[in-house]
Amino acid sequence: MAVPGIAWLIILFILPFYAIAAVAFGGLDPIFAGPAPTWNPLEWDFTAFRTIVGELVSGGPAQIFFRRTLLYIAIAVSISITVGYPVAYYVSRHGGRLKVLLLTLMIAPFWMSYLMRMLAWVNLLSDSPETPGLINQLLVDATPFFDSPVNWGAGNAAHMTVILGLVYGYIPFFILPLYAALDRIDRSQLDAARDLGGSPRSTFWRVTLPLSKQGILAGTVIIMLPMFGDYYTPDLMSGQNKTRIIGNQINSLIHTQGKAPEGASLTLLLSGFVAILMLYYLISVSRAAREARR
Amino acid sequence: MSLAREVPVGATTAIRASWFRGFISNPWAKPRFLAGFTWLYIIWSIAPVVIAVQISFNAGRSRSSFQGFSLQWYQGIFDRASENFDATLLAALGQSLKLAVITMPIATILGVGLAIGLARWRGRGSGSANALMLFPLVTPELVMGTALFLIFANLFDTFVKLGTTAQVLGHVTFSLSYVVIVTRGRLFAIGREYEEAAMDLGASPGQALRRILLPLLAPAIFASLFIVFAISIDDFVISAFLCIEGCTTIPIKIYSAARNAGNPSLNALASIMLVSSLMAITFAVLILRAFNRRQGNTRSAVEDFARLEI
Repeated sequence: MAVPGIAWLIILFILPFYAIAAVAFGGLDPIFAGPAPTWNPLEWDFTAFRTIVGELVSGGPAQIFFRRTLLYIAIAVSISITVGYPVAYYVSRHGGRLKVLLLTLMIAPFWMSYLMRMLAWVNLLSDSPETPGLINQLLVDATPFFDSPVNWGAGNAAHMTVILGLVYGYIPFFILPLYAALDRIDRSQLDAARDLGGSPRSTFWRVTLPLSKQGILAGTVIIMLPMFGDYYTPDLMSGQNKTRIIGNQINSLIHTQGKAPEGASLTLLLSGFVAILMLYYLISVSRAAREARR
Repeated sequence: MSLAREVPVGATTAIRASWFRGFISNPWAKPRFLAGFTWLYIIWSIAPVVIAVQISFNAGRSRSSFQGFSLQWYQGIFDRASENFDATLLAALGQSLKLAVITMPIATILGVGLAIGLARWRGRGSGSANALMLFPLVTPELVMGTALFLIFANLFDTFVKLGTTAQVLGHVTFSLSYVVIVTRGRLFAIGREYEEAAMDLGASPGQALRRILLPLLAPAIFASLFIVFAISIDDFVISAFLCIEGCTTIPIKIYSAARNAGNPSLNALASIMLVSSLMAITFAVLILRAFNRRQGNTRSAVEDFARLEI
């Protein structure tokens, strides 16, 4: 019964990965300028791959985009943990009668289109002179600091806006696994810590936090993976060159610059990098599943 | 004088300390700060979308400020006689719905089969098959989109061109894993006893599957259908990578038009998509809840959803 599904995944998931390699290590068609993939590994040509690795090592565009990606992700993940932990903690421990309502409201963004949620912020942050978005209206009318609407997608604010977009877009995916981990904690362990003389504070730091560490790690990995492949958030929130990250570079190499081998090489390098995160996540999920079944 | 100044300072520190203690908390206190923080978070996460939906009913042409109620932007999608009519909006809506509806049965059938197969398969290769099934969930969509784009453009192009068919194949590939996870959760909950009892009473494995297991799995199967619908209609990257022209979906339309000075018709289109995917998920939760009730499971279906290791 599993055969059709497995066959499907081999043809449309594993095989396409091989296509990335074939294009990365292939050449360009001299007549149509499209990619000319080389399917035979013995004939692979590593010119494009070397170019990209060279850029990464010597501070070329690939390295600039990669460093910016890491910086954005580091900040976005830190904010997600700072905001997400208290929320997940509150709902799992103190949700009470409101738990189902709170969970529903927390899950709702999970099932709203990411692009729609970005569109919502683009509208809110609009700096159109006649009809500014809500944020600019408030800043101009209700505070004395701004005389005219701010263009949040440009200047130094652009970085902040893109990070806001990333946090807003992915934080529900952080909160849910963390909530699940916190909810699994056996309350009697907390009671035991208190009975043995632990203060609320030390109970939190020495029992709750260590027990939820897996949830924090799982949540962190699960939001980092799509962030590494993101290009639409910078495009929508800012659209400027200064906020381009690795995903934008891959997208533009393949679709607009006609440099498919370079784009495929960068995709391969990115996949190798995120594979570590993916394996970590898969191993921890299967361990959790085994424990739950016991 | 100095004493009078010290009192308020002390009071603020006390308040801060209690906030902090509330945060790191004990299970018995009422953590007001945490409650406020959580509600603020929820408002922050939902309000922008609510405002975007409100603007879809705008009487004005602005996408950023609300100037009164009107349905003109919805007419702009559906009503050819309307002055705001834009054929590309209706085409995007049609394409999104078409992809979701075609993807639903294919992904569900393949996924349910895969889940049953994996759960009952104890042998060589079952570990790697399990890992294979999980990989699409954790692969960044950009990587999967690039991979699919390159293979459709370079190898499969003799029989499948980039366009609707390629998009459906891509959507099935990434939604398969969700079906497997939802179904597998139910399979573990059901256990093997019913099937074994049926086979002890003389049913063949095929009969046990058809007459015992599939009816027991029905809620998971229906829930999967709706979940596939919701994630297919929300997908952006795979749809965009597998489309050259004439296959623009709603998210692709939003991506290409959001930063242009446009009118609220984009919000109207996005709101239609929002309502359809939220309705699909509500159906999925209701089906699972009805099932839980019958099983005497007291935990809410929403909680089950929150626990899905997606």
